[in-house]
Amino acid sequence: MATEAATGIVPTRRPPPWHNPRIRGVVWQILFLGIVVALFAFLVHNTLVNLRRQNIASGFGFLDREAAFGIGESLIAYSPADTYARAFLVGLLNTLYVSALGIVLATVLGTVMGIARLSSNWLIRKLAQIYVETFRNIPLLLQLFFWWAMLRISAPAPRQAWEPLPGVLVSNRGFVYPVPIADPAHHWMLLALALGIIGAIAVSRWAKRRQARTGTRFPSGWVGAGLIVGMPLLVFLAAGVPLKLDWPELKGFNFVGGSAVSPEFAALLIGLTIYTGSFVAEIVRAGILAVSWGQSEAASALGLRPGQCMRLIVLPQALRVIVPPMTSEYLSLTKNSSLAVAIGYPDLVSIANTTMNQTGQAVEGIAMIMAVYLAISLLISLFMNLYNRAVALVER
Amino acid sequence: MADVDVTQELPLPVERPRPVTAGPLAWLRANLFNSIPNTILTLAALYLLAAIIPPVVRWAVVDAVWHGESGRACRAGGACWAFIAEKGRFILFGRYPYAEHWRPLFTIVIFVAMILASCDRRLWGRRLAILWLVGLITVGVLMWGGVLGMTYVETSLWNGLPLTLILATLGTVFAFPLAILLALGRRSRLPAVRGICVGYIELVRGVPLITVLFMASVMLPLFLPTGMTIDKLLRAQLAIILFAAAYLAEIVRGGLQAIPRGQYEAADSLGLGYWRRTRLIVLPQALAMVIPPLVNSFIGGFKNTSLVIIIGLFDLLGAANAALTDANWQGFYIEAYVFTAAIYWSFCFFMSRYSQMLEREFSKGRQR
Amino acid sequence: MTDAPIIELRGVDKWFGQFHVLRNINLEVGKGERVVVCGPSGSGKSTMIRCINRLEEHQRGQIIVAGIELTSDVKNVEAIRREVGMVFQQFNLFPHLTVLDNLTLAPVWVRKLPKKEAEETARLYLERVRIPEQADKYPGQLSGGQQQRVAIARSLCMKPEIMLFDEPTSALDPEMIKEVLDVMIELAEEGMTMVCVTHEMGFARTVADTMVFMDRGEIVERGPPKEFFANPKSDRTKLFLSQILAH
Repeated sequence: MATEAATGIVPTRRPPPWHNPRIRGVVWQILFLGIVVALFAFLVHNTLVNLRRQNIASGFGFLDREAAFGIGESLIAYSPADTYARAFLVGLLNTLYVSALGIVLATVLGTVMGIARLSSNWLIRKLAQIYVETFRNIPLLLQLFFWWAMLRISAPAPRQAWEPLPGVLVSNRGFVYPVPIADPAHHWMLLALALGIIGAIAVSRWAKRRQARTGTRFPSGWVGAGLIVGMPLLVFLAAGVPLKLDWPELKGFNFVGGSAVSPEFAALLIGLTIYTGSFVAEIVRAGILAVSWGQSEAASALGLRPGQCMRLIVLPQALRVIVPPMTSEYLSLTKNSSLAVAIGYPDLVSIANTTMNQTGQAVEGIAMIMAVYLAISLLISLFMNLYNRAVALVER
Repeated sequence: MADVDVTQELPLPVERPRPVTAGPLAWLRANLFNSIPNTILTLAALYLLAAIIPPVVRWAVVDAVWHGESGRACRAGGACWAFIAEKGRFILFGRYPYAEHWRPLFTIVIFVAMILASCDRRLWGRRLAILWLVGLITVGVLMWGGVLGMTYVETSLWNGLPLTLILATLGTVFAFPLAILLALGRRSRLPAVRGICVGYIELVRGVPLITVLFMASVMLPLFLPTGMTIDKLLRAQLAIILFAAAYLAEIVRGGLQAIPRGQYEAADSLGLGYWRRTRLIVLPQALAMVIPPLVNSFIGGFKNTSLVIIIGLFDLLGAANAALTDANWQGFYIEAYVFTAAIYWSFCFFMSRYSQMLEREFSKGRQR
Repeated sequence: MTDAPIIELRGVDKWFGQFHVLRNINLEVGKGERVVVCGPSGSGKSTMIRCINRLEEHQRGQIIVAGIELTSDVKNVEAIRREVGMVFQQFNLFPHLTVLDNLTLAPVWVRKLPKKEAEETARLYLERVRIPEQADKYPGQLSGGQQQRVAIARSLCMKPEIMLFDEPTSALDPEMIKEVLDVMIELAEEGMTMVCVTHEMGFARTVADTMVFMDRGEIVERGPPKEFFANPKSDRTKLFLSQILAH
């Protein structure tokens, strides 16, 4: 009979150490770590010996030495008399600049294309599909070479520059475009913009509270948009429409005035945008499809209008599916910008490469590049994890 | 309520739909012009196509030059396909000795055959592994030569499409076992093992491939004891293997996570230990689940091989660039890149279609 | 029933974090005895039997199975798992192997039997559970009832001394429950030691030597089925029986 066991508890025999899973685990780890550390030590030792043999210096002291090479384009002031450290900074800023722009443009292009792939219009759908399937299946480097060849070599000389838009001129020296001349009123406009944004947020908060209390809705969206656009516009008009543009003019063999962008930068940006855009399109399409049709049906059955249904039900769920792969795509774009070294845009890898060739200190150079990219990756991963945790569906 | 006779003795006559609801006109209406915004979009798209397609066709076909001795022949018109006719073999095979071009050609054929064979589900398993082993050994013998009466060709002359195929394929094949170990290690309960595996995976995934290639090309000679040299091709191959392993590890890990806990418990309750359980129960199921992402990873790897041009190896893209430096044929970039892009695109498109088909089959199977 | 119990739980306690899931469990099961454990969900009954083959670890007390004590000693755990078979609610058949491979896997790799011998045994047990013709099919092609019978055969191929059942029919469609219960009844009549967690009270009445009622982590009441169903002693038992026997 299944009975109550006698409650005299017999002392447990401890298992011999080689049967104890905890001790086994410790032994395995010591062995594993031992192998890894030994391998490391072997490599480091060889490296030091080889470096000494070839009379290559070690350490990061070279960063304080004069760089002695010029950099084609830079966001901050730089001359060949500056240090290597400053050169690295220029490269880093260039990388971040082209990556940021690329991310914004690729997101816009990709989202439009992704939605187009779901359009009810057959022609639009097919065109979007052709775009995605074409650019997704060709290596990015090849695409970059292509755009660079088109902009550097096939583009005409400045005298016969293409002019797709008034004032925007494309030649084999790059893009030039007009820029507004700075005017004190612009500072006031920026201030007005900031005030407009604050105002829009305040109005939306107040409207939400009022809706919670009384149920009446306030068109805070339109009012907010009106504030953000209207306030700077008012300042603009009040200051007498200070919009004088600095038009680029052909002087001799090149352009003067306006602002210019090198063919290398343009090729990199165009290539990155179009390539990444095709992947973003697929992500957006998958995200929208992932929200089951039943959700929209239930929303309509409850009486929500299509716009509300999209905003309150479909989009939040679609975003949850879209954001993780999207951030991974952003990360990819940032890493892909390192291909700039192949077409001559002075990004971080490019400048580090020049430095390594000049000083011979390859180990330090590569370590620095890796550290920077690793930091960027970890930052982006961190933000994505925070976002995921914030919007995770609560499940059993 | 009155009795309503609802019985219908004869079937209702079959009627054809009126033309407005079916037929080509109806299709146009439904798909291209079904609303005002769509109509505008259709017209805009048609305008764009009309503006782009005729000039492109004129350049690529009508005005194109198909034969010529040198670049001068193409000065006149549009696309210079004579350039491709002249340089096509160089782009495909690079500086491999001209007389021996049949060897890299066979290599390409063998690779294509192996890839096609791998798509057939019936071969999956031991037979496929043997097929690949035999195929790779044959490729090695063909490319290197030195035996069976074939002249020896050193690896620096392996250029063009065969090099791309070798780098991509060996990269994935050898990265796979490493990736499995990394994925298992990342899920281990032992903190030291888990830490090192996580560290490796996150480090390699966080940096661009180009830095790994630089590392291999520049630092690998430093890592080795003085005097030992390492072949340039081998350096690039190692870099690609180590890089791919981190990405494949994450894919395998996804598969491992998808196995229900009950499978682990059933295996445990039958008395299988950790390694037997992993080998017989967990891995077969995990790997089968992630085949589509694995194929996508191979496609990515195939495209990534183009980066070796930066460390001085001449794969397909590198050979194309080299072809452009000929003084007799200056400036035919578009033709060269379009030709090269077409080759890459064919491989990648075919493989991505295959992966999509697999995904559809797998999700059908799972719905049971 | 022989003297020494084949399963002994003495003063077993287990916590999941802060949650005290098993409280002072004391249980002895003799050889050839059939024990049915019932109770509301969350009462710890599944956890208790999963402790017996170390799918869960107990934190206090002793568990002795077939004379071997269940500790963190891996050799002991392996020995116990060879003698204890388990049937799960979700069947847990290996979907990538045929039915025959599912059955021969453990005997070949754990008991180190030659493949031919393992296959003979497997076919024998497939006949016992009345689906010999399914040997070369894959689990996904079988119905729920058939899969569960294969799962029972898979455990039996290891020739265990004890069979544990964790709600074996709870995931089955009603028309398939009978075929699985029939197999379990036959098993019981052949003298297999069984500990079964189930809601099937008809089965319990037919087969059980002892009924055990668990609630909130403790064994509230135990006894032969006749008395258990006719005269439950505790109020909690009475409440549970009234809920489960209502329809």
